[in-house]
Amino acid sequence: MKWETVIGLEVHTQLATKSKIFSGSSTAFGAAPNTQASAVDIALPGVLPVLNKGAVECAIRFGLAIGATLNRVNVFDRKNYFYPDLPKGYQISQLAKPIVEGGALTIAVDGEEKTIHLTRAHMEEDAGKSLHEDFHGMTGIDLNRAGTPLLEIVSEPEMRSSAEAVAYARALHTLVTWIGICDGNMQEGSFRVDANVSVRPVGQAEFGTRREIKNLNSFKFLQQAIDYEVRWQIETLEDGGRIEQATVLFDPDTGETRMMRSKEDAHDYRYFPDPDLLPVKLDDAWIESVRAVLPELPAAMQAHFQRDYGVSAYDAAVLTGSRALADYFEAVAKTCGQGKLAANWVMGELAAALNKAELDIGQSPVSAARLGALIARIQDGTLSGKLARQVFEGLWEGAGEVDAIIEARGLKQMSDSGELEKIIDEVLAANQKSVEEFRSGKDKAFNALIGQVMKASRGKANPAQVNTLLKAKLQN
Amino acid sequence: MSLTPDDVKRIARLARIEIDDAQAQATQARLNSIFDLIASMQAVNTDGIAPMAHAQEVTQRLRDDAVTETDRHAAFQAVAPAVENGLYLVPKVIE
Repeated sequence: MKWETVIGLEVHTQLATKSKIFSGSSTAFGAAPNTQASAVDIALPGVLPVLNKGAVECAIRFGLAIGATLNRVNVFDRKNYFYPDLPKGYQISQLAKPIVEGGALTIAVDGEEKTIHLTRAHMEEDAGKSLHEDFHGMTGIDLNRAGTPLLEIVSEPEMRSSAEAVAYARALHTLVTWIGICDGNMQEGSFRVDANVSVRPVGQAEFGTRREIKNLNSFKFLQQAIDYEVRWQIETLEDGGRIEQATVLFDPDTGETRMMRSKEDAHDYRYFPDPDLLPVKLDDAWIESVRAVLPELPAAMQAHFQRDYGVSAYDAAVLTGSRALADYFEAVAKTCGQGKLAANWVMGELAAALNKAELDIGQSPVSAARLGALIARIQDGTLSGKLARQVFEGLWEGAGEVDAIIEARGLKQMSDSGELEKIIDEVLAANQKSVEEFRSGKDKAFNALIGQVMKASRGKANPAQVNTLLKAKLQN
Repeated sequence: MSLTPDDVKRIARLARIEIDDAQAQATQARLNSIFDLIASMQAVNTDGIAPMAHAQEVTQRLRDDAVTETDRHAAFQAVAPAVENGLYLVPKVIE
């Protein structure tokens, strides 16, 4: 039987606010345990939550960026369950009236574009952390994370492979970091993915029973977990078994998923509107003021890069992988006026050097202005590609401005044709054998001669000029 | 709507409250009288009236995104039953 995979994702993004969603505690990562947990965060009796305007604004930004409906009145609910890292005994979330509904994201897999629709996105608070190392047989609770604002972003079950799920998660990651609502740090848990996975025979209209894989914190694990889960579900069904609705965890060490809890002991969350919080009202003036400062979005920027800088669709997609990269590329392209060459340098030489040094674009020792100046020197014939790479090394080492490096290291391409002709004459005289071979029809000999001239000029000759002059001399 | 003893026990379990059969029966009667009150409220015709999320027709006040709290964990933990390395200790939980 042929099977079809059905995947929907729920992504918890930590919002990049300074303070928590319902208290004035800091959200900074890595503080000593419980030093950022206020009376509200630890749920002392009698305290009341006060909503953070910054968190609501992040949600508005997101809603605008995906073309969603913003609910002008949205409501916080209590989701009741008991766990020691949730000291109130309920999580404040949004159920019936979330702030964001609908919207869509476009993904590309193997050059095929696909639109993934979103169901909703709602604001909620994060829980604390439980540390299960041995504290005399007890569990340690750190409530620094309790009350950190989250936007839970829920997609429709529209993905049909792990590759599509990863492409969607990546596109979402790019978007939330692009619009500055989330730092995107997956190691620190700022972007956590739950995958709802089911399979059904191809052609069947109803969905199969789904299992939810919780808390995947890398794109690689997302792919591995879904691939394992899909194989497991298909094998179970083909062996005559049934899939029970369940929550599962992925173990990166074994590459397998295992059951965390079945539907039998699924929680009954008894949601109801939180009487401590009033409905949140968004007025048009607020929404429009947020829209006014929204940056150009990745899809629009891709089109603009193709149109204004002549880069390919593929390059445009790579260059808009993050806002920092896109801004860098655009600054280079503007400085040098050479979009395609700028794209090649940013995605080639620069990306390789950053990769090797394990730096990201924001930490590049070579500024966009300097890389642009370097490319301008290739364009005006001062530098060959080879010389430019040497200048780039100088820039990387912090040796100063492009022209200063060219001057100091004597890297200027030879533009004086008299000087070049002299070198060519010397090379021809010293390589009579190659000259004879060329004249007897061996084209390869010509390349050998060009190589010799370039060598004799210590790489400073303009290869195109060498080619022309050499040809002219040999034909005489 | 009226609750069965099993409903009462289930609600108690969800709320992590331990009750015996006698208590469940007493609670069942009291809860049912609350549900009677709710039933009489539900009998009111509310056609065409938009549901409210709160009893008052006001909207949420917002605070600016600024850190205003300081570290008071020593004071909070002074009344905690068990603390170690700044962590609150609780009976072991493994899901």
